Amino acid sequence: MKRRNVIICALLYLAAILAIIVLEKFLPPTHIALAVLKKGCIYSLVAVSMNLLNGFTGLFSLGQAGFMLIGAYTYAVLTIPVAERDSVYMYFDGGIIQFSVPVFVGLLAAGLLAALLAWLIGLPVLRLKSDYLAIATLGFAEIIRAFFQWDELGVITNGSNMLRKYPTFTTTLFPFLVCSACIAVIVLLIHSSYGRAFRAIRDDEIAAEAMGINLAKHKRLSFCISSFFAGVGGGLLAMYQTSIQAMTFKSAMTYEILLIVVIGGLGSVTGSCIASFLFIASSEWWLRFLDTEMTIGNFKVPLLRAGFRKVVFSVIIMVIVLFARKGIMGDHEFSIDGICSFFKNLGKKKEVKS
Amino acid sequence: MDFISKNLPYLLAGISVGGQYALIAIGYTMVYGILRLINFAHGDIFMVAALVTVYATTTLPLYVSIPLTLVVTVILGLAVERVAYKPLRSAPRMSVMISAIGVSYLLQNLALYVTGGLAQTYPAIPFISDTIQIGSATTKMVTIVTPILTIVLVFALMQLINHTKIGMGMRAAANDFETSRLMGIKVDNVISMTFLIGSFLAAVGSVLYFTNYASVVPTSGAMPGLKAFVAAVFGGIGSIPGAVIGAFIIGICENIIKGLGWTTFSDAFTFALLIVILIVKPTGLFGEGATDKV
Repeated sequence: MKRRNVIICALLYLAAILAIIVLEKFLPPTHIALAVLKKGCIYSLVAVSMNLLNGFTGLFSLGQAGFMLIGAYTYAVLTIPVAERDSVYMYFDGGIIQFSVPVFVGLLAAGLLAALLAWLIGLPVLRLKSDYLAIATLGFAEIIRAFFQWDELGVITNGSNMLRKYPTFTTTLFPFLVCSACIAVIVLLIHSSYGRAFRAIRDDEIAAEAMGINLAKHKRLSFCISSFFAGVGGGLLAMYQTSIQAMTFKSAMTYEILLIVVIGGLGSVTGSCIASFLFIASSEWWLRFLDTEMTIGNFKVPLLRAGFRKVVFSVIIMVIVLFARKGIMGDHEFSIDGICSFFKNLGKKKEVKS
Repeated sequence: MDFISKNLPYLLAGISVGGQYALIAIGYTMVYGILRLINFAHGDIFMVAALVTVYATTTLPLYVSIPLTLVVTVILGLAVERVAYKPLRSAPRMSVMISAIGVSYLLQNLALYVTGGLAQTYPAIPFISDTIQIGSATTKMVTIVTPILTIVLVFALMQLINHTKIGMGMRAAANDFETSRLMGIKVDNVISMTFLIGSFLAAVGSVLYFTNYASVVPTSGAMPGLKAFVAAVFGGIGSIPGAVIGAFIIGICENIIKGLGWTTFSDAFTFALLIVILIVKPTGLFGEGATDKV
């Protein structure tokens, strides 16, 4: 990267941090924009981690919700303060874990446990290809969910009851900093020799193998790293929601994240981030007016009532999936050089016309 | 003897659920056989069929509303194929699968909008909702009707596939898509027919399935759909008898596990079975072995 671009990127990053601080100062803390920013950051991280697997390595996995569940539960179980454990685990005599760890240790443990489980699952599953891999990982996510709802494990997981009262964040800056750090690590990985190996596997497995890339090793590595960040994302989601239950991590959640990745463009990190914010903002905020009844003059607008927002939203998604199959960014990245050359080309085209 | 009389209710429930899964699984296996597509929206079409029955019976008599359900479901299945899958016929397989996930998302949200998020009570259908006594178990008539109806329908379907022209087209398209097109088979019609049969059987399955479950919610199609897909993989995807046998095995095992008091794991068992079969014998019980050539 050119030196100029590094400086511009750093400035943009600082500007984003400043913008968040200013927004937090002037908006009431319950304002929807802040909630969208927080959730958007977390979904960006999860979507980028899924993109690493589906878009960069070409492994079509649908287990994201399962790894997020592990992350969320690991974080919550490890960080609930000892004093609160009796009230949270009220049906299980306070549970068996009688210590709690700091927030960052909890998040790290969330990622590590998810990665460890991904390694175990990967042993049998990564031998499968395309849609069989998808359905097997989806199956594992469901099995994980069943285990976390099992009463016998209630002393650790609280069975099918809620986990709550663990430390959460109040400022938007926290998820922003953690997620951007994680995404930066993923970007560095993609640009390393490992990342090039991943892309080689995606483009042609046989050719990659012939070039001396160890397929099993690299697939496992990609799967574990993706799960690590999904686990961290799950932990952050738990913090955002302030209470978690295994029931909410259904395959529908994986589908949502997959749609975000597809809308952003398979194989584009910036695309995934932009799509996450657009997805969260339009599903939680911008389309909300569709849910309330509206009258213009004497004319009552038909169809508008609770739930219509989701219908319109899914129609938009279908249109993107059908007609703009490459998503917002395709497999390109949003870059300063890209914008410069875009405007230069724009100028050239106009000259030709005149 | 004691074991049987204790587990008879679960065994009966298993056979009944197995038959219902079989009717859904046929839709998966036929579509996969021809298009190599996991039709994630199939479970939701099954759910929409149940909702149509619920709404139709509020105003219409039963002998009108059940045929109406079948017709509406078939039209929906055909429409989904036309709108969401046909434009992507030359696209990579993953794009079509993503489109199927999109359709599933759309149908669930549409159902959520129409029902207003409330669980809809499924109407009691005379005869098949009647309770009867078998040995030591009390059950509904549907438990007996389901396996018989399933076997009759599968038999009819096998006749259609093995002895008619359109059936021959289906077998040809499943065998080699491009060549059958060159041989003058109208592949689009064959695919439409596949979706028609799949949706029809899913609608029949929904009438039988929801007679046992009091209510319909927008997500109630997802689980039976996934399990039916597992059944299709278990039996060897593309094979209809395989899907039916797989569905019965899954239905029975699942209910016996429930009978043993492991209800939390009844869903997990199905997926564990899927993973085991994929690793041990990826082509399933009756699937044809296909080798990947370089």
